[in-house]
Amino acid sequence: MTDASMSDTSAGLSATDKVAAGLAKRRRKQTILQGLGLSAIGFAILMLFILVASLVSTGYKAFTQTHVTVEVYLDPEEISVERLPRGGFSDVLAASMLKIFPDVEGRAQIRSLTSILSNGAQFQLRDMVVRDNDLIGQTITIKVPASDPFDQLKKGLVDRETPEELRRVNNQQIAWFDALAERGEISEPLNWGLITNADSRFPELAGLKGALVGSFWALLVCFLIAFPIGIGAAIYLEEFAKRNRVSDLIEVNINNLAAVPSVVFGLLALAVFLGWFGMQRSAPLVGGLTLSLMTMPTIIIATRAALKAVPPSIREAALGVGASRQQVVFHHVLPLAMPGILTGTIIGLAQALGETAPLLLIGMNAFITSAPEWPTDAATALPTQIFIWADSPERGFVSRTSAAILVLLVFLVTMNGVAIYLRNKFERRW
Amino acid sequence: MTSYTFLLLLAVSIAGYIWNRQAAQAVRNGGERLHSLSGFHGFYSFLVAFVPVFLLLLVWIVLQGPVVDWMIMSGLPDGSLEGLSTGARQLILAEITTISNGTVFGTPDPWKVEAAERMIRLNQSGSVLLLCVVAILTILLIVFARFRVSAEFRARHGVERIVSGLMIACASLAIFVTVGIVLSLSFETYRFFEMVSVTEFLFGTNWEPQIPLREDQVAAEGAFGWLPVILGTIVIMFIALALAIPVGLMSAIYLNEFAPNWFRAGAKPILEILAGVPTVVYGFFAILVVAPAIRQFGQSIGLDVSPNTALAAGGVMGIMLIPFISSFADDALSAVPQSLRDGALGLGATRAEMMTTVLFPAAIPGIVGGVLLAVSRAIGETMIVVMAAGLIATMTINPLDSVTTVTVQIVTLLIGDTSFDNPKTLSAFALGMMLFIVTLIINVFAIRIVRKYREAYD
Repeated sequence: MTDASMSDTSAGLSATDKVAAGLAKRRRKQTILQGLGLSAIGFAILMLFILVASLVSTGYKAFTQTHVTVEVYLDPEEISVERLPRGGFSDVLAASMLKIFPDVEGRAQIRSLTSILSNGAQFQLRDMVVRDNDLIGQTITIKVPASDPFDQLKKGLVDRETPEELRRVNNQQIAWFDALAERGEISEPLNWGLITNADSRFPELAGLKGALVGSFWALLVCFLIAFPIGIGAAIYLEEFAKRNRVSDLIEVNINNLAAVPSVVFGLLALAVFLGWFGMQRSAPLVGGLTLSLMTMPTIIIATRAALKAVPPSIREAALGVGASRQQVVFHHVLPLAMPGILTGTIIGLAQALGETAPLLLIGMNAFITSAPEWPTDAATALPTQIFIWADSPERGFVSRTSAAILVLLVFLVTMNGVAIYLRNKFERRW
Repeated sequence: MTSYTFLLLLAVSIAGYIWNRQAAQAVRNGGERLHSLSGFHGFYSFLVAFVPVFLLLLVWIVLQGPVVDWMIMSGLPDGSLEGLSTGARQLILAEITTISNGTVFGTPDPWKVEAAERMIRLNQSGSVLLLCVVAILTILLIVFARFRVSAEFRARHGVERIVSGLMIACASLAIFVTVGIVLSLSFETYRFFEMVSVTEFLFGTNWEPQIPLREDQVAAEGAFGWLPVILGTIVIMFIALALAIPVGLMSAIYLNEFAPNWFRAGAKPILEILAGVPTVVYGFFAILVVAPAIRQFGQSIGLDVSPNTALAAGGVMGIMLIPFISSFADDALSAVPQSLRDGALGLGATRAEMMTTVLFPAAIPGIVGGVLLAVSRAIGETMIVVMAAGLIATMTINPLDSVTTVTVQIVTLLIGDTSFDNPKTLSAFALGMMLFIVTLIINVFAIRIVRKYREAYD
C-alpha cells in the first residue's frame, strides 16, 4: 500500500504536495457552498422583511383617521321628533359648513364643500339625535370623519403638485381644507372605527368588526366540530384499531386529506352544504363546517403524535391495576398527551383562520355592512375581507388592506406564540 | 327554536345521568355489590339518550328545508310551474322564501304570498313537531336506561361499547369526506360532460367559459378547452419551483451542516413564519410590491410587461414554498445516519465534499418526496394566483404575460351567483375534479416516497 502510493508520487510531487495543491481549490468550493447557503437564507429573510415592511409602511396610515370638527345647529325645521330617524341631517351639516365659508354659493359649490365630510357624518349625527331627542334645537360640536380624498390629502398621499384635473380634490377644496386646518378643526385621532365599524363602500367608514365576528363564529364552529372528532379519530387509530385493511385505508385517507388543495374543499362545501342540503350562503356556520373538514387531518395527525409520545409504561401500569383499556386512555394517556394535542389544535386553527379560498366559494366574500349576531347570519371573515378590500379601487382601501393584514398577522402570531409557549411549558422527557 | 331543542336534549340527558347515578348509588347503599361504578350507570343513561337523538336532530335539520321546499312546490296551484325550466322554478322558490322571511319587493302574485304563508306554517309546525319528538324520545330512552340499573348490569361495558362506536365513526369520517368530495365532484362533472364533450374539454385549446346572457346575444357560446388553463398552471408552477427549490435546498444544506447553533436557532423560526403567512397576504404582497417592481424593471430595459404577470404570481408562490422545501430537505438530511458523515470526514473529505457527494445523494429520495408535495401545493395554490395572475386563458409560456390557472378559473367561475344548470358553473367542477385527481396522484406518490425513505435507515 505504502509502496504503491510512493510510486505514484514519482512524477515529482509528494502526496502531501498534491493534497496541498488541491486543498485551496477544495476549500474554495466549501466557501462557495457556504456562501450560497447563507445568501439563500439571506434572501428568504430579506423577502420576509420586505413583506412586513411594505405592509407596515402602507398600513400604519390606516390606524389614524382624519376628522373634522364642526359646530352644528340642529335646526328644528329640518329635524323633528315625529320624523325620526328621517330628517334633513345632510342639510343641517351643509348649513354648518356654509357658516364657516359664507361666500360659497351655488349647488355644485356647496356639494363640493360638503364632500369634505364623510358620507357617514349624517348617520353619526342621526344616531346621536335618535339617542337623545333633546338635542334638537341646540348647537353642538361634533367630530366627524373626513371623506377619503381629504384623508389621503392630510396623510400626504395626494400630491399637491399634480395637475388639478388628475387629482380627486380640486384647488378650491384644498383651500377650504387648509383653511379648516388653520382654524384647528382638523384632527387625526386613532382610528377606532377600523375595529368597531363593519364594512362599508366608503374607506373612511370601513372597519373590520363584521370580519372579526365572522371569523370568530367560523373558528368556533370549526373548533367545536374538528376538536372532538379529531381526537376521537386519533385515539381510535392510535390506541384501539387493529392494523388491517380498514385502518390502513383510513390512515392513508387522512394523510391525503391533509394535502388536498383547499379550493377543492370549497367545491365540496358548495355542492354538498349549499347545493344538496340548501344551507344558508355566506354563513359562518357553513364556513366553519368547511374549515373543520380541512383542520381535522391536522388535529388527527398532531394528536396521534402526542399519544405516541406517551410511554407504554404508563399504559401498562394502569392496565396492571385493573383499568379497562378505555380507562387507561381517558384517565391516563389523554391527560398526558393534552399539551401536545392543544398545540396541534391551535396551529390547525391558525391555518383555518388564514384560509380564504374555500370561503370565497361559499360566498363569505359578500358585501355586508353589519356584524353577524349568530353563526347563521351572512358574514365575511378576516381573510375574505382582505381579499375584498384588496380588490377595491379607492386609494384608502390600500392602507386599510395592509392594516387588516397586520391585524390578521397579530392574531396568527399570538396563536402560534401560545402554541409554542404550551409546547415549551408542558414538554416533558420521559 | 332549534337551539331550544338542543338545550332540551342536553338538559334531559344530563337529568338522566343524575337520575341513574343516584339510582345506582341507592342500590349500592342498599348493601349490594354493583358490577360497574355508579358514575358509569349515569354515563350510560346519558349516552343512550343523547347520541341517537342528537343524530336524529341533525338528520331532521338537514332534511327539513328540502322537504318543506318540495311540499311547497308540489302544493302550488296547477299551471303555475308548467313549462318552466329548473332555473325558473328555483327562482320562484327563492321568491317565496324571501317573502316568507318578511322581505317583500313590489306586489307579488297572491298565490306566491299564499305559498309563503304555507311555508311559514310548515316550518313552524316542523319545529314544534321536532321539539315534541325529541322530548318524547329522550324521555323514553332515559326511562329505558333507568330500568336497566341493577347490581348485575354491566354499565361500563355498555358505555365503552358506545364510546368505541363513536370513535370508529369519527375515524371513518375521513373516508366519508373523501367519498363526499369524489361524489360531489363527479356528479357535477358528469352533468358538465353531458353539455360539453369530453374530447373538447381535454384537447380544446380555447377556454372562454362565458355564456350568452340573452337568447339573441351575439357572443361566444362558451369554449371549454382546458389546455391553456393547465398550461398556465404549469408555467406558474415552474416559476415557483425554479425559485423555491434552489433557495430552499441551499438554506437546508447551510442550516443542517454549516450554521452555528445560534444562527440555526434564529433562522429556523423566521423561515417558519414565512410558512405561516396566509396566502391571501402573499397575494396582496404580489400586487402591492412584486408586480409593480417587475413591471418597472421590465420597462427600464425596454420590455413590455403586462400588469398581471406569471412571473409575479410564480415568484411570490416560490417565496411561500421556500420554507416548505427547506424543512423537508432538512428532515431528509438529518435522517442520514451520523456514521456516513463520520466516514466521509474520516476519509479526508471537506464538509462541502461530504455534503455534495455523500449526504445529499443519500437524502435525495426524501428531498424528491418533499419537492413533489411542493408541486402539488403549487398546483393547488389559489389566493396568490387569484390576486396576482390573470383571468384570460392564453396559450403562452412567456413568464411576462398574464396567464390563468385551474384554481383561478374555479374561483372566478363560482364567485357571485351560481346556479347549477349551466356549463359555465359546472365547468368549475370539472376543473376541480381534474385538480383533485392530479394532486391526489402526486400526493400518494410523494407521501409514499417520503415514508419509505424515512424508514430506510432506522
